[in-house]
Amino acid sequence: MTQPRTDTLEQALAQNRFEWWDSLQELGRELKRDKPGLIGVILITSLVLMAVFAPFIAPHDPAAQDLTARLAPPVWYDKGTWNHILGTDHLGRDVLSRTIHGARVSLWVGAAVVLVAGGFGVVMGLMAGYLGGRTDAFIMRWIDTQVAFPGLLLALIILAVIGPSLFTVVVVLALNGWMVYGRMTRSAVLSIRESPYVEAAEVVGCRWPRILFRHILPNLTSPLLTLAILEFARIVLAEAALSFLGLGIQPPATSWGLDVAMGKNYMFMAWWLVTIPGCAIAVTVLAINLVASWLRLISDPQEREKQYARHMAGVMRKNLHAVLEKEKEPEAP
Amino acid sequence: MTASRKTPLLEARDLVVNFYTRGGVVQASRGVSFQVDYGQTLGIVGESGSGKSVAVQAVMGLIFTPGHIEGGDILFKGRSLLDPAGRKFVRQVRGKEIAMIFQDPMTSLNPVFTIGTQITEVLRHHMGMTRNQARHRAMELLDMVDINAPEKRLKQYPHEMSGGMRQRVMIAMALACEPQLIIADEPTTALDVTIQAQILELLADLQQRLNVSVILITHDLGVVAQLCHRVAVMYAGRIVEVGDADQVFASPVHPYTKGLIRATPRLDMVTERMVSIDGVPPDLISPPRGCAFFPRCDQAGKACSRMQALIELGDDRHVSCWCAAKENVR
Amino acid sequence: MGRFLYRRLIHGLVVILGVTVIVFVVTRMVGDPVQVMLPLESTPEQRAAFEQKLGLDRPIHIQFVEFMGNMARLDFGESLWQKRPAMDIVFEKLPMTILLTAVGIGFACVMAIPLGIIAALRPGGVVDRVTVFGSLLGLSVPQFWLGLLFIVVFAVQFKILPTSGTGTPSHILLPALTMGLPTLARLVMLVRSSMIDELNRQYVKTSFAKGLPFVRVVGLHALRNAGLPIMTLVGWEVIRSLAGYSVVVETVFAWPGIGLTAIQAIEREDLILIQAIVFTAAVCVVLINIAMDFLYKLIDPRLKLT
Repeated sequence: MTQPRTDTLEQALAQNRFEWWDSLQELGRELKRDKPGLIGVILITSLVLMAVFAPFIAPHDPAAQDLTARLAPPVWYDKGTWNHILGTDHLGRDVLSRTIHGARVSLWVGAAVVLVAGGFGVVMGLMAGYLGGRTDAFIMRWIDTQVAFPGLLLALIILAVIGPSLFTVVVVLALNGWMVYGRMTRSAVLSIRESPYVEAAEVVGCRWPRILFRHILPNLTSPLLTLAILEFARIVLAEAALSFLGLGIQPPATSWGLDVAMGKNYMFMAWWLVTIPGCAIAVTVLAINLVASWLRLISDPQEREKQYARHMAGVMRKNLHAVLEKEKEPEAP
Repeated sequence: MTASRKTPLLEARDLVVNFYTRGGVVQASRGVSFQVDYGQTLGIVGESGSGKSVAVQAVMGLIFTPGHIEGGDILFKGRSLLDPAGRKFVRQVRGKEIAMIFQDPMTSLNPVFTIGTQITEVLRHHMGMTRNQARHRAMELLDMVDINAPEKRLKQYPHEMSGGMRQRVMIAMALACEPQLIIADEPTTALDVTIQAQILELLADLQQRLNVSVILITHDLGVVAQLCHRVAVMYAGRIVEVGDADQVFASPVHPYTKGLIRATPRLDMVTERMVSIDGVPPDLISPPRGCAFFPRCDQAGKACSRMQALIELGDDRHVSCWCAAKENVR
Repeated sequence: MGRFLYRRLIHGLVVILGVTVIVFVVTRMVGDPVQVMLPLESTPEQRAAFEQKLGLDRPIHIQFVEFMGNMARLDFGESLWQKRPAMDIVFEKLPMTILLTAVGIGFACVMAIPLGIIAALRPGGVVDRVTVFGSLLGLSVPQFWLGLLFIVVFAVQFKILPTSGTGTPSHILLPALTMGLPTLARLVMLVRSSMIDELNRQYVKTSFAKGLPFVRVVGLHALRNAGLPIMTLVGWEVIRSLAGYSVVVETVFAWPGIGLTAIQAIEREDLILIQAIVFTAAVCVVLINIAMDFLYKLIDPRLKLT
């Protein structure tokens, strides 16, 4: 993509305004090329929309009990009805509605934990990396120590003592998960700090907040974004596990993990109670992982070249002659 | 001096190697032919990207995906190395009768094994030696390349040695099975100038003592002049001039060779400005049809836009240039 | 070497201390422990007696010092639930978790390393694509759900394997599979990408140029270099499992390990047993970390133990 030559300062400044729109378009093009990434993005967008508009989309109130319609099977069974497309649980609550509302909890917890843990971790990492010396040593010791804690056990205990709820789950998961952001940010800061342009900025007299925001932070966004997305996936799974164990989201709120735990008791006669919420979790996490690997691919040109080489190798192995013929065509006079 | 009529030790014929990348198909080698006789040293010179490493990697079977040998042949002692039926022959030859030294000794040696292990494994695999025999021979080899305290060195790891010493180890590894041909791909480029001189002396010495053939790849004309009997000049994936080293340097025929020699700084001439060759090498994804040097050549004529082949000029000298052909015919 | 060991041990002690202090604080300062531990109908006299017995009537800092002293002797007191020394219970259940971890992660390693190598060797091929897709799937599926699915499919539909408990070798099959599958997914991706990176390195070309056999170059030269990140991951997975992440699998399959016991202790608010379990988990983590550091040095001689 060639940029038109700018002969005047005004033209150059005018160009900047459209840069971010161009990058967005470029991103869209990249997405179309990479099918798994595209599927991931579509799925995630649908899930977010579903979560946001849950009250309007869900056919029933997820907490509404109807004991006359307990354990109703999904619609494709004999006893199923269109009233409850995916069946009902042991209290007659509609599985579809519960699944749709469950998305709210999972996505909300994921986002909240990533923001809190990420925010704290990045700040710690910036401080450790930029200020160095005692601050760095202290923060790193703290991280090294906390990383060695048996996180899940402590989380379970704390949740049991202070009482599980949406808020406490977020707090506990954030407490457990900030260290990885800290380490990553610190190492990124350390490597950027040594680069000539930061040195130049310091020499010129830039004060450290400016250096931090103008020079260091922009370089962090790409790896940080990938990390955040991967952590998001991990948190969704962690919340589901906590809810499954009974120390996460509590009834009457809906959570996919909770639904699986409750469905467990009726597993052998009403398999859909366990399968559907579990599928929802798997699909969500899969979509997030797809987006994460797509992001990793486009942000590292080496990875793309490697992927292309692998793809070509497979194609070449299968059908070498076709490839050779195809390559020779453009040379025809 | 006519070329000997008996089979050359190594011969490459019209070697074509392509690399399939995201940006397109890179034609790294577009019909490369050369030969090396017994006891001879051939220097291959050219700038980065001219295809010199690719050509010899093809000899050693080091062209991996996304690279692919599209055409041509490589004959060692008359037998093809590219023939899929001759795989057993190739396995025997590689490492034993043809050995290779690479450019950067730090990355060329396995960092997690001692150099003793790395030398002895070649001996034990190709020559069937026992561990003790291999150790003895390894110490002999280290001695041959002027490394002191061989017994201590065998237990050391590559990162515990200096660059020059690592390259000596590479040479020792190459010599292990008494090969008949050694291919050295820019053996001194990654080293300090003083160490360069030492390594080159070592190579020259070994070549004379052991009467081993050498293919020396480099971009440094001075090295070639010092060590090689014959020289081949490569440009844009093709050999543009090949012949006896002294003759080629004394009276180059191809405009590119002339340009290279002019561009080489000399201590005995006072120059005010460095001379370079105008322009840049062509993109090998869509190389030009005719002479690749055409856009930069000051002797270009109309005929140069057609495909050209190596023309023999007598005295075992070949040039790929229409103008040279015209000159000679005259 | 000695200095390194010393520093790591100090670090380990800090970790264990930190963990236990947190549990101590959380369990004693939040809420009223006595109320939690005694049945509702107990009289004030019974409560007072209980308090005295546990030493809860003394000031908190004295309690803490006593607690530390006991901890050093591995004496956490009697489990409120099972009425026997808490550490005894731990020592009973720990081997079960270790067994589950060993089988599960062992299975993952045995499968992942060959699969990853083949995927790396034949890029774009069937194994490569199936491996990548399968791993993505394996990473996305929640472990508890996987376990339940296995139970429904194998134990109920096909009735070939038991659903829970222990006793026979076939009892460990499903739990180990459930535990190992996410590890397998992560590991195979790592092996694949590490091997792809290593196989592109110069020393591999040198080894091929030396005429060494393919198996030796890939399986020894390349794999050993890729070993470090692989080993780090395996160690981390083992640590995770012993640090309590076995809870999920043990709960689903009623596998009597420390994870299940921890959940049961939490349910029954048996603070003493909880403390003992958390302490043990922290010790395991520290020991394995130290062992890993030594193993690193064995694999990669370039590392210096600092």
